[in-house]
Amino acid sequence: MNKEFIKGIKTAIPVTLGYLPIGLAFGILASQQGLSPVDIFFMSLLVYAGSAQFIASAMLASGSAYITIIVTTFLINLRHLLMSASMSPYLKHISSPLLTLISIGITDETYAAGYAETATGKASPYFYLGLYGLSHIIWIMSTVLGSIVGSHIANPEKWGLDFALSAMFIGLLFMQIKDRKDIFVAISSGVLSVALAYFMKNNFNIITATIVAAFIGVCLEK
Amino acid sequence: MKREIFFLIIGMSIVTQLPRILPLIVLTRISMPSIVVRWLKHIPVAVLSALLLPALLLPGGSLSLSLDNTALLSSIPCILVAAKTKNLFLTVLTGIIFSALFQIIL
Repeated sequence: MNKEFIKGIKTAIPVTLGYLPIGLAFGILASQQGLSPVDIFFMSLLVYAGSAQFIASAMLASGSAYITIIVTTFLINLRHLLMSASMSPYLKHISSPLLTLISIGITDETYAAGYAETATGKASPYFYLGLYGLSHIIWIMSTVLGSIVGSHIANPEKWGLDFALSAMFIGLLFMQIKDRKDIFVAISSGVLSVALAYFMKNNFNIITATIVAAFIGVCLEK
Repeated sequence: MKREIFFLIIGMSIVTQLPRILPLIVLTRISMPSIVVRWLKHIPVAVLSALLLPALLLPGGSLSLSLDNTALLSSIPCILVAAKTKNLFLTVLTGIIFSALFQIIL
């Protein structure tokens, strides 16, 4: 077995431990919101973004228009743009077709777990095959498993599963917060998002709050 | 699989994958203005908080600051574990356990 591939697999283990409860929770909730195991398989394979998948299935259940769901997905996942951009200086030795394949596996968790290796500037494609490949497979399996058992669980909220997404946001947020500026950006974005959602009753609160709060962050740097 | 759901998933896939793929392919050749890069750096924190706070404070669309709001209550132990450990698995597990407990107790 390739050494770099094994290193990738080892790096993936904490990631997959985080994916399991979230993936199961998503599968269970989404199956109750009307998605079939096949729908969930394709969503986990082709979209592969936990928070967007949770929100999309909740929006689907509440009857949102498809275009609203797609725009919301775009905005929620736009953060991957920065992650992908920040990896680019270190991966110039890898060909474009391979980079395309690698970039599909970028999530908050895999990006964070692999970053130390990425930053050496010598990361092997096999490393990403191990880390991103195993993580993606576990995500697909846990969400599909959740959707299969989901139809046998009467009230998933009784088991605390409807809180899994918020818990994941809390975990990811605290992984990202590094200084006081970040705390200020987080508070201003959250408060603005709540205020806009409360007074305007539409889905643009997330977009608007994110754009404005990130600008506040830039202003705080000076 | 319903045809509409399939198109929805394809649409979600395109808007998710392009921001993942394009920077890695393109930015190995050109670079962005520094103000854009600095603005992008704040996106992860901003977007996560913009998603989180409404879920905690506006369950079902209306403001709830009472003990009935189990999401808000569950967020307290969850935040403590997240701040202390920075471990995603422990944070999610704590959240699920406390959320289930509060549903049973309250």
